[in-house]
Amino acid sequence: MKINLIEYFEETAMKFPERTALVDGSSSWSFKELRSRSVFIGEVLANTYKRINRPVAVYLPKSNEAISIFLGTMYSGNCYAPLDAKAPMAKIETILKNLDPLCVITNTSLLPNLREINAEFEIINIDDLEYVEVSPPEIFRQCIDFDPAYILHTSGSTGVPKGVVISHLSIIDYMNWVVDTFGITEEERVGNQTPFIFDMSTLDIYLMIFAGASVFLIPEQHFIFPAKLLEYINEHHINLIFWVPSVFVNIANLRLLDSIKTPTIKKVLFGGEVMPPKHLEYWIQSLRDQNVIYGNLYGPTEITGTCACYVVDETFDPEESVPIGKPCRNTDILVLNERNELCEIGERGELCVRGSSLALGYWRDFKKTESVFVQNPLNTSFPERIYRTGDIVYTREDGQMMYVGRKDFQIKLHGYRIDLGEIEHNILSAFDTINAGVFFDQNKREIVLCYESDEEISIKEFRVKLSTVLSKQMIPTRYIRMESLPKSPSGKIDRSYLNDKINGNN
Amino acid sequence: MKENILSFLAEIRPECDFENSMNFIEEGLLDSFDIVSLVTSLDEEFKISIEGTDIIPENFANLDSIERLLLKNGAKR
Repeated sequence: MKINLIEYFEETAMKFPERTALVDGSSSWSFKELRSRSVFIGEVLANTYKRINRPVAVYLPKSNEAISIFLGTMYSGNCYAPLDAKAPMAKIETILKNLDPLCVITNTSLLPNLREINAEFEIINIDDLEYVEVSPPEIFRQCIDFDPAYILHTSGSTGVPKGVVISHLSIIDYMNWVVDTFGITEEERVGNQTPFIFDMSTLDIYLMIFAGASVFLIPEQHFIFPAKLLEYINEHHINLIFWVPSVFVNIANLRLLDSIKTPTIKKVLFGGEVMPPKHLEYWIQSLRDQNVIYGNLYGPTEITGTCACYVVDETFDPEESVPIGKPCRNTDILVLNERNELCEIGERGELCVRGSSLALGYWRDFKKTESVFVQNPLNTSFPERIYRTGDIVYTREDGQMMYVGRKDFQIKLHGYRIDLGEIEHNILSAFDTINAGVFFDQNKREIVLCYESDEEISIKEFRVKLSTVLSKQMIPTRYIRMESLPKSPSGKIDRSYLNDKINGNN
Repeated sequence: MKENILSFLAEIRPECDFENSMNFIEEGLLDSFDIVSLVTSLDEEFKISIEGTDIIPENFANLDSIERLLLKNGAKR
């Protein structure tokens, strides 16, 4: 029995040494090559720190090298925390202060950014390391399946991103399901879209580790120009993609599959946000002669990738929403109503998850962990954790679950999970003379800022300042100045009134 | 026509200086979501439908190339 992810990687690398593991914009690495580089990093970390189960922050662009650092970190018995190389440094600083990593691994071109940060941490510049052939450090064998493998940061309502800690076990559990469900083999050629800070990339990376698949890190520019993206797919014979719906929507809106055929695609998976059924139908019709499997994979970072899945079958109706499906094998889903009872068919309730997929918790935040990883209210006999997702769903007659919305102020935009509270918090700190509320326009799919200020503030001024504290996808795109923001009797901003107004509900 | 294009760009990314940029794409001024918004605005404004296969980096490098793209797709000056 294999108990940690490196044991899986070792087995795959021994089995397919010469096959291609990774391809990025500049190079192609075999499993043998990836293993030697990862082992080398593992040896450096193990020798330098001689500690296990501590985080190593990885501040690098998406590349083969970044994945070798992830693996190297696990070879040293530690867990990796990818950081967004495009995020404003104020955000990186907040994350690093909370993470308190063993070290931050970066390269020469990103190093100056880290020097701006006012916090103490060790930095390893990979460009300074002299590569040598070494054998794997033995230390990784001390890791058991309950130890952390990675920490991913998601938007938090108080302005501090939450570090979701995922164990080796959860990834093993997830990947066994993916490999079985979609019949994955070493013949798979995976076209990666999502950034490594985003948990959808877990599937891409670990298909390589678990099944010997080849992973192509598609240059980001191709997603700006989808015609180039389809050419890339054809050039590299990509047969499996797992992308956010907005990429599929973009290609469908441009009707690009009418003129560019992509005969190699066999498995089309999507997740991260709601897939519009009409656009999915365009894909199904366009690729109808090539026997493609479509899967809607649902699940928040806290349950490791996916907890429910809908494989498109004859029940799919382009006039209705795409179901989020049924629970994955070895995962149990409870839809609980406000009285914490199981919902009836058709009754709306909160989707809660039980199983090995549950995150260990939020890094250095026991309070937040305890608020959403809670005792299963249906079990009064022994301690048993469930994760409350905050997603509201209902179950159809045929057992398929349907997504309804959120019970809080979290939204999904281009696959990014965004807590409106985090935006608000940052805006109020950046502009101390205004009062403001942030809302999401469901129809136009844009973030709207309503503010109260003595002086008019230009959009440019807002955006320039906000781009130093917020990631681009979190910056509001519409700004409405109000004489005074509507208040509830208690004096707080009347959110539901403004929300209804923006979304045209009254 | 160029003023129109510039005003759409300023609406999408007011914090960027398009007038002094040599290449919008290489300098990272526009990402995929910006291109989607820009194409939608241009389609509506000029009552055209830009071909998906024309949405390539060369056609969005600067104001001249965007203008050429619009004319090619039937926009009237």
